[in-house]
Amino acid sequence: MAKKKAKEILFDPLFENNPITVQVLGICSALAVTVKLMPAIVMALSVMVVVGFSNLIISLMRNYIPMRIRIIVQLVVIASLVILVDLFLKAFSYDVSKQLSVFVGLIITNCIVMGRLEAFAMDNKPWPSFLDGIGNGAGYGLILIIVAFFRELFGSGTLFNHKVIPQWLYDHGYMDNGMMLMPAMALITVGVIIWVQRSLMPQLTEKE
Amino acid sequence: MNAEKKSFDRNSNIYTVVFTIVLIGVVAVILAGSYKFFKPYYDQNVRQEKMTDILYTIGLDKQKLEESARAEGLPMSYNLIKQYFDQYIVKQLALNAEGKPVENVNAFGVNLKEEIQKPVEKQVYPLFIAEYQGKKYYIIPLYGKGLWDDIWGYVALEEDWKTIHGIKFGHKGETPGLGANITEKWFEDRFKGEKIFDESGNFTGIEIVKQLKDKTDKNDHKVDAISGATLTSNGVGVMLNERLKHYVPYFEKMKKQ
Repeated sequence: MAKKKAKEILFDPLFENNPITVQVLGICSALAVTVKLMPAIVMALSVMVVVGFSNLIISLMRNYIPMRIRIIVQLVVIASLVILVDLFLKAFSYDVSKQLSVFVGLIITNCIVMGRLEAFAMDNKPWPSFLDGIGNGAGYGLILIIVAFFRELFGSGTLFNHKVIPQWLYDHGYMDNGMMLMPAMALITVGVIIWVQRSLMPQLTEKE
Repeated sequence: MNAEKKSFDRNSNIYTVVFTIVLIGVVAVILAGSYKFFKPYYDQNVRQEKMTDILYTIGLDKQKLEESARAEGLPMSYNLIKQYFDQYIVKQLALNAEGKPVENVNAFGVNLKEEIQKPVEKQVYPLFIAEYQGKKYYIIPLYGKGLWDDIWGYVALEEDWKTIHGIKFGHKGETPGLGANITEKWFEDRFKGEKIFDESGNFTGIEIVKQLKDKTDKNDHKVDAISGATLTSNGVGVMLNERLKHYVPYFEKMKKQ
């Protein structure tokens, strides 16, 4: 693999190699925490922190980790970081942490995190690994925020819990679409984003 | 060994064991330390939420609290909410099953989740008495089971010990958009004015029914359920009646006085 520049490492996962829309990883939590914008943003930040720092730590330790237990070591690092993030949210962002409930803990099982550790941090230097983690976390978060934007807007008629759909629309028979609150619609929204992205980037489409 | 000359053998058994032990030790120290550091903040958040919920039931919602904070020129903080709580909640009681106050029990600190596991006669029943705008309110904490997980809440009764003045629900993991709506104001408002005793003073509780016809009737002891969330609604009804009935002996005694 040719060496990538720092900029590419950081920005590739945002669009061209997005973990959700291109690699199709981390879908489960993307469906669960995107009902409202605020939790989605906090979740995005949490994942960025966890992927970034676990990449950094694993990369620093990469020459010392016994190969036979490397997966367990990776898990220990991820789990500790997730617990730290969870404690932090409970202490300083209590309301949002209540809405995220178990999904912060489930970052451990997010394939993006372990995927990046195995694929990148195990054989790259700390700084590029850190950027790679932040980039992938941001790529994940970007999709989360886009999905949450549409779900909150059409599902609850609000953004950040502020009413944005004007009252006269409701008076004329407009109704919030309860379907948007269901996970199924999140999956469809992700599908639409993949569709749009693939039409804009023809290089992503598989050759027949 | 040859490997040692190069650096060390990363895959030897001894190295693996030592590595694991050191790693676990380091992680344990970091996590234990940060838990100790974050715990007080978390506990304070939980207490603050409990106080805000209780104040909500007597009509002091978040907006009102913020307004009065602004009027005093103070930022919203734990200390301010504690100050309001102490100001309006004039008495905290822990009752036993016969409705007698138990001494030396901190009602605010009672953990209902643990309490409801005990046999009925061994439990203590916390009761908060509030005075707000010249009226007295009796606030009873609730705890029960929803569809997926625990639900809880607080209900404030008026001076007649039978009219519901305000109610606040919370839940751990009910379905968003359906069961989770029990925490919405429009559902909580359905309970306002409902009576838990009938005309002749018998305890009736509140029944949560599907497609209630007369939603404005406040004397029918019935509240309309949330459509699509029957099981959570039922859980709310069961919780409400199970908790309230234990306070009946206390109310009976108070009425006689």
